[in-house]
Order: sequence, then C-alpha cells, then structure tokens
Amino acid sequence: MRKPVIEFTNFSFHYRAQSSPTLSGINLTIYEGEKILIIGPSGSGKSTLGHCLNGLVPFFYPGEISGSLKIFGKETKEESIFKLSSMVGTVLQDPDAQFIGLTAAEDIAFKLENQFVPQEELFESVNRVAELVDMTEHLDSTPQDLSGGQKQRVTLAGSMIDNVNILLFDEPLANLDPATGKTAIELIDSIHKQTGKTTIIIEHRLEDVLHGEIDRIVIIDEGCVLADLTPNELLSSNLLIDTGIREPLYLTALRYAGCTITPELKPKSLKTLNIEVSKTKLHAWYETVGNAEKKPKNEVLLELKNIHFGYSKTKEIIKDVSFQINKGELISLIGKNGAGKSTLAKLICGFYPPAAGEILYEGENLIEHSIKERGDHIGFVLQNPNQMISQNFIFDEVALGLKFRGVPDKDIEDQVFHALKICGLYELRNWPISALSFGQKKRVTIASVLVLGPKLILLDEPTAGQDYKHYNEIMEFLWNLNQQGITIIMITHDMHLMLEYTNRAIVISEGQKVKEDEPANILTDEYVIRLANLKETSLYQLAKKAEFLDQRDFVKRFIHFDRRTRQL
Amino acid sequence: MKHKILSYIHQESPIHRLTGAAKLIGFILWSLTAMITYDTRILVVMFILGIMIFLLSKVEFRYISFVFYIFLLFLFINNIAIFLFEPMQGVEMYHTKHEFLHIIGHYSLTAEQLFYQANLTLKYLTIIPLALLFMVTTHPSEFAASLNKIGVSYRISYAVALALRYIPDIQRDYQNISLAQQARGIDLSKKQKLTKKLRYASSILMPLIFSSLNQIETISAAMELRGFGSQKRRSWYHERLFTKADYLAIMLIVLLFVFSMIITFWDGNRFYNPFI
Repeated sequence: MRKPVIEFTNFSFHYRAQSSPTLSGINLTIYEGEKILIIGPSGSGKSTLGHCLNGLVPFFYPGEISGSLKIFGKETKEESIFKLSSMVGTVLQDPDAQFIGLTAAEDIAFKLENQFVPQEELFESVNRVAELVDMTEHLDSTPQDLSGGQKQRVTLAGSMIDNVNILLFDEPLANLDPATGKTAIELIDSIHKQTGKTTIIIEHRLEDVLHGEIDRIVIIDEGCVLADLTPNELLSSNLLIDTGIREPLYLTALRYAGCTITPELKPKSLKTLNIEVSKTKLHAWYETVGNAEKKPKNEVLLELKNIHFGYSKTKEIIKDVSFQINKGELISLIGKNGAGKSTLAKLICGFYPPAAGEILYEGENLIEHSIKERGDHIGFVLQNPNQMISQNFIFDEVALGLKFRGVPDKDIEDQVFHALKICGLYELRNWPISALSFGQKKRVTIASVLVLGPKLILLDEPTAGQDYKHYNEIMEFLWNLNQQGITIIMITHDMHLMLEYTNRAIVISEGQKVKEDEPANILTDEYVIRLANLKETSLYQLAKKAEFLDQRDFVKRFIHFDRRTRQL
Repeated sequence: MKHKILSYIHQESPIHRLTGAAKLIGFILWSLTAMITYDTRILVVMFILGIMIFLLSKVEFRYISFVFYIFLLFLFINNIAIFLFEPMQGVEMYHTKHEFLHIIGHYSLTAEQLFYQANLTLKYLTIIPLALLFMVTTHPSEFAASLNKIGVSYRISYAVALALRYIPDIQRDYQNISLAQQARGIDLSKKQKLTKKLRYASSILMPLIFSSLNQIETISAAMELRGFGSQKRRSWYHERLFTKADYLAIMLIVLLFVFSMIITFWDGNRFYNPFI
C-alpha cells in the first residue's frame, strides 16, 4: 500500500486581495516517492497550489482556506511556515532573486544556520549536499560569479540540506537557457532516483520537463484540477490544446502527418515512442509539404563592421563582429549568457562606443550620433517591462519620449494615438498601467519606443518566462509589427521562437560571431548548439528516428507547413 | 568590470586575517579614543599608527581613493563652516587669544582657533581611513556574524549583510534602466537644468524602486521558506573563531585606549593646551 504524503481534500483558497477564490475544490493525493508535474497556464492557480504546500500560503500571502490539506498527516493551516519548510524544500522561480547568501556555501548553509546548528556541522552538511548538486568547486563563489543554472543548483542544495522529504520546484526552467534547463531536469531526475524524495515540479514547459521521468501530470485550470493522468494518457488527449499548453513539437509533427496518438504508442518521450505505425504517414506527409521559397535579399538597414569592444582595456568582450541586418527582417541574436549579446545590443544603441569598427545605419556611420539621436532610429526594449515604465497611465508613458524631445502637445497626441493603435492599446489609453497584464505592459513599452519612429527595434528576451498563450500573444504582435515594415532583432534563448518566427539567427559565442544561418540549420548543428547552450530540436530527433535521409530538410518543411497552418 | 565602491576585496594580510569581531571591537575603541581625546600628541601618534595599519593591510589606496577624496572635500567644507559659525571657539577653549589677523567684525584668525580646528581635522583623519579599511577588509557575512557576536540582534545584523549583498545588483539594474530611458531621450548630462534633471531622474528611480520592491518580496519569501527568524539564535557559516592574533590586537587597542585616557585626563580636562 502506497503511503500518501500530501492530501488535498475539498481544498479551496481565497487570497485576501482577490475577488474570487484562486483554488477551489481541489482533491489530490500525492504518494511517497512520486514525481509529479503540475501544469497549467499562467493564472491557473498552479503556483498558488505550490505555495500551499510550502506554507507561503497562508502564512506569507494571507487568505481564506477551506477544506483540508494534510502533509504527512498534519493539517498545514495549523502548522507554521517553518514547520512546513522542514518537510518541503522549495526552489523558487528566479535564481537571482532567491539567492540569499554572499557565497554559495553560505547560501546552502542558510537553512541550518537558522536552526542554530553548530558551525562544524554546517561545514559537513554543506559539503555533502554540494556534492549532490555538483557544486563543490564553487562553494566560495559569489552570486555575481555564478551562472543562472549554478545559482539554481545552490538553491536546490540549500533547500534540501536538512533532509526534507518533499522537493518542490516552482517553474525551475523559466529563467534558464535550453541546455541549462535540460541539465536541471536531469539533475532533478538523478536526485529523485538517488534519494527517493517525493518531487513536485510546477512548469508549463512540458516538453522540457518530459526529458526526465514523470509519474503523473496534474493539469490545473481556473483553480481546479482538470486532469490527473500519466504522461502517455495526457499526450494522447486533447486536454493540452484546450488549456493552451504547448505539446511537444514531435507530437505536433505527428498530428500534422495525420497520425493518431494513443497511450500504447508511448508518446511521453521520443525514446519510448513507437514510430513504426506512423512512419509511412510521416513520409507521405513530408512528400506533400513543399519547401519554403527563398525570399530575395532586401536592402541593408544596419551593418556592423569589425566591431571590437571591452569594458576594460585588458579584456575584450566583443571581438571582430560583423553582420548585416536587412530591412524588414525578424532576426534572433542567440548565445550563452555572457557571450556578448546584450553588449552588442548596447553598442548598437550607442550606450557605449565601440573600441574599433563601424556601425552603419542605412549606410551612415552612427558614431557621431548620441544615444538620444539613435533612439529616433533604433528602439531598445528591456526584458522586464517594469524596468521601463515610470508613469501611472498608458498615455503618459507612451508620450514620455516625445515630451523629452519637446514635441508640441497637439502632435504628441496624434503620434501617441497612432502608436497605441498599432499596438492594440488605443482602447486602453486612459487605463492605469498597474491594471495591465505582463504582455500588455510589454506592449506599452514597445509602443513607447515605437512612438519615436524607429525602423529597427531591439528586444531583450521578449518572451522569457511567458506561458504558451502569452508567448503567442507577444509573438503574434511582434510578427504583425514586422509585417508593417519594422525590422526586429530579438535577443533570445527560446528555440520555439527561433523556429516559428525568425528566418535567420546570428550566434555569438565568447564575443565572436560563430554562425549566421536559418534557425533550422542552427538547431540541428551540434557544434553551434553546444556553443550557444541550445539543444537539438525534437523534430530533428524525430526525423532521425523515422529514418528520413535529409533530417534537416524535414525540420525546414515542418516549419514551412506550420507557418502556413497558422497563416503567418 | 569596474571595481565596486567600498566592497570587500579578498586579499592576504594580517589585517584581513583578523576576525570581523576583533576588527569591529578594535575599530569602536579606536574611534572612541579619537573622539574623546583632544590631546594632539595622542592624535598624531594615532594618525601615524593608522597609516601603518593601512600599509600593513596591503590594500591599494585606489580602492578607497574616491570615497576618501569626497571625505576630504566634506572635511574642508566642515572646517570653513566651523570658522564661520564659531570663530572664537578655540579662544574659549584654551582661554588665551593670540591674534594673527583681524578680518572683519568679530572674525579674526587666532592661533587657538587654528589649533582647535587642526585637532578636529586630525580626529577625522585618524578615524575615517580605518573605517574605510574596515569595510574593504571584512567579508560582509563575517561582519554580520561579528555584529551578532557583540550583541546586535541577528535580524539587524543579517539585514546589513543583505543590503551589502544587493548593492551590485541594484547598480546593475540602475544602469540598465538608465540606459533604456536615455534611449528614449532623457538627457542627464550637465547641459540640462537642475529642475529638469530632477524630474527626469524620477523616471529612472521609479522603475528602480518598484523592481527592487519586487525583489525584496521574493527574497523575504525565500528567507522565510528556509526558516529565517524561527529561532532566538542562529549560527553563522562565515563566523571565524578568535585566534591569538585577535586577542593580541584587542589587547593592544585596549592598552592604547587606557593609555590615551590616562594622558588625556592627567591634567584634569580633555584638552592639551600648548598656550599656557
């Protein structure tokens, strides 16, 4: 008989500040040693469910609880956040923001420090868990010296240092690049196998999580448990499409080919998938789908010629980078963290002057142009819209740049209205910004840059941390903008974004341009994948498994077909 | 990247090897001595000792030069202000009046006033360099542990360490926000009028404050999840045990303190008076 460790019975929760309950009538039992994935769109209540387990609800975020939630037989609302934290170890979403200590070792020790454990024991325990997450080498590093993935390992070590029995991961992949995300899932897998701790992962990046073993998947939608199935059952159903969660790409390909997916095919991963029955259909589909016709090259809008740059004289961060961006392109700039992508963007916007080389905009050297003057041609949008917004109302925020330029009020109104219309915000123009969703705020920041009339917009990670629905919303918007003639450069890790929307990607590694090609070629090139911390697209693996001769061409045809289907 | 102003720099030296608590106790006693005494002889000796301690620490002057020059500027302004408001303070203190130069009204340059202000300047010059040295040679976490050790509540101690931990992050955020706003046309250069500059600055500060508040929420949730505040006491990973050198250092400072106090109060008041 399996031992239940977490039991929700008719559980509901209502945040004090919200008008309706976030979770209602949850019934869910999780057994010892299970590995559970909880998925659902943003705002479905899946994070709240996690907060209920670790005690942030109701002790940190107050609200009304009805029904019962028992962990190891104890009613959680009668415990405290501290008691719960000794049963449930939590890894939160943002590896930066939850890093408490000044060194990795201190951060790992934090939980035990607070339990007044003697120092010798701290050293022992830190070494023990650091080994488990493979961070022994980095114990003395400061958070500034660690990568996002390493910080997450530190947090994981820190949350399991006192032998908790349950591990909870709240969107562990949201801030990681594809390769680091893959290693994170492998690490969670290996710790689960080694320690047998009950593991709960809250994520919406289904395909990435399914890289590891998962026992059950629970779908949360609108505060209720919509389904509680094995991965194979879930992937064979229509539930994913209904709730707006992206299914693994290889399954999309199979569906396009007209294959029926059943649990017997074991669709939970490409490794287990039985391809034999689908092979003929897949090959037939491949033959019918044509290849995309190549568009002729346009005029060059922006050109970088042999750019060199370093923050200090001794260390060069950008080494001899040259590339051209054509008018009307939608292009992605990719590479590991610290490869120099953001620095390149800053050079283009004129935040720093290059040490050598030229940046040409419509053939004109930009070196003499100030940041402000470049702002009229090139817009720059930060990853986090909250870091750009300084006004309370949409209209004022979008008008800000024009006011700085001393444009007369009458003209400001016309131009702001125009920008708001392009961004689909015209109806909301008098709204306070605090009432907007993340995606809408993003649009406000884009509108506030567009209003200055640039032909080129640079976006830093436009879709980071967004679920499929919001990802679609933001990307459709950018796509439309692009169709209206705005050239767009995106710094991104998102492989779907590259495949689905961009025609070209520039790969930067250690300050150098290592490749410039179609996304389909990049995401199937092992060398570039390793340099840029990406991973092979599952389409490529599917093509291999189904014995296509030209696997790369299979990926290309899929993209072509997919875009046509979505009518882009 | 650029060196962060006034942050801990890892180096090997006798000063770095001292525990944070010893340095903190030492620094408090040192400052107390310098504040209490007006004995020029002691201040001069301390000033020279201070320079020697600084050299012993092997900390390069350029790490603190910026803050030090700002401090000198303030010291200069301070001296002028003292003279403007209390031109006869020295005369009152030393009960004599040796006038060098009569300026205007009751403003005149006296030997007593100059001597008094020189003493004051010397006091600052013995304390401030060591304060800066303390900051660059003490690991913030160890500093927090030391504060806790000498009786400050661990919540406050940790808050101090956490603030130090976040300075680089906030500097980075500030830079990003400021650059993006400059691209939209904010001009913070010297050409702008001050009133406009202040208004513009708010469009950088507001996003900075809001994004920092968000971070504070996350970090406090993360801290509670790991049991911060659950017990009356906590242990410290970075706490270091006292070694002989620490006891020796504290003893020397205590000796200095006692010795200075004896000399200072030998003749019944805090002032060393060369004028009688």
